[in-house]
Amino acid sequence: MKEVLKDLDKAFENRIRLGIMSALVVNEGVDFNTLKELLDVTDGNLASHLKSLEKSGYISYKKEFLGRKPNTVYVATAAGMEAFKRHIKAIEQLLIRH
Amino acid sequence: MEEKYVKDLEQIRDMMNRSTRFISLSGWSGVSTGVIALVGAFVGYQVVFADADYLVYGAVGLSGGLLRDLLLIALGTLVLSVICALFFTRRQTRKQQQPAWDAQTKRLLVNLLIPLVAGGLFALMLLLKGFVGMLPSVTLLFYGLALVNASKYSLSEIRSLGLIEMVLGLLAFQFIGYGLLLWAFGFGLVQVVYGVLIQKKYAL
Repeated sequence: MKEVLKDLDKAFENRIRLGIMSALVVNEGVDFNTLKELLDVTDGNLASHLKSLEKSGYISYKKEFLGRKPNTVYVATAAGMEAFKRHIKAIEQLLIRH
Repeated sequence: MEEKYVKDLEQIRDMMNRSTRFISLSGWSGVSTGVIALVGAFVGYQVVFADADYLVYGAVGLSGGLLRDLLLIALGTLVLSVICALFFTRRQTRKQQQPAWDAQTKRLLVNLLIPLVAGGLFALMLLLKGFVGMLPSVTLLFYGLALVNASKYSLSEIRSLGLIEMVLGLLAFQFIGYGLLLWAFGFGLVQVVYGVLIQKKYAL
């Protein structure tokens, strides 16, 4: 039980961060506005969760230009993918044992 | 605690689906395009075989006027189908309060259109070179390929629909005399049945 809990990642405790990560692992990249629509959150709320995931080293971003409008595209890093997989495995283990 | 993680898993699946797939397909699109296809096939049959000599069935020559009529019927069927599909899809996205034009829609359309445009151009070339008999087979095959390709970005039912259309396409070439009948079956009846199934399963 202890080891399983250890694998649960604090970064994904929050449902919005979990949602962000879920979208990023199955896409090459997702831009800010698409994430906002998918999660139905405010700009500020989304930005703060993105920042925290970025600090953990789980996501990175690149700035692109759509015509003249800047567009930020978020990508899951290798470390982020790894952590996310571990987190899901831990959840599965937890649910199996119960 | 347990419940929270069950909810988490649900959230993960939901986000993965919604961020990659276009799920606002309306069953009515399938039903309406299927009915239009049936009408189109019937009218086409009437035109092509109207004065055909049945003793030389299978060797129906296409005169210039007939070719033009056939092209017009095909074009009419296509345009009507696209309009209906767009109309019902738009209605569905409104109902589900999803954006109609986003990354998922774009991805679905591009992947649907790649095999579809190639097949459409090929079919047009066949028609202009006089290989009319191959048309049902070719259109069914390419339509099936397009659906299988696009199914990764939409409801999973679309994949089996594509496979069925492909099998019908192969049959339509093997039994070329029944080509139009199989075409009507694939584009008409099968589409209607899938439309009803999807509507029943996903209707709000």
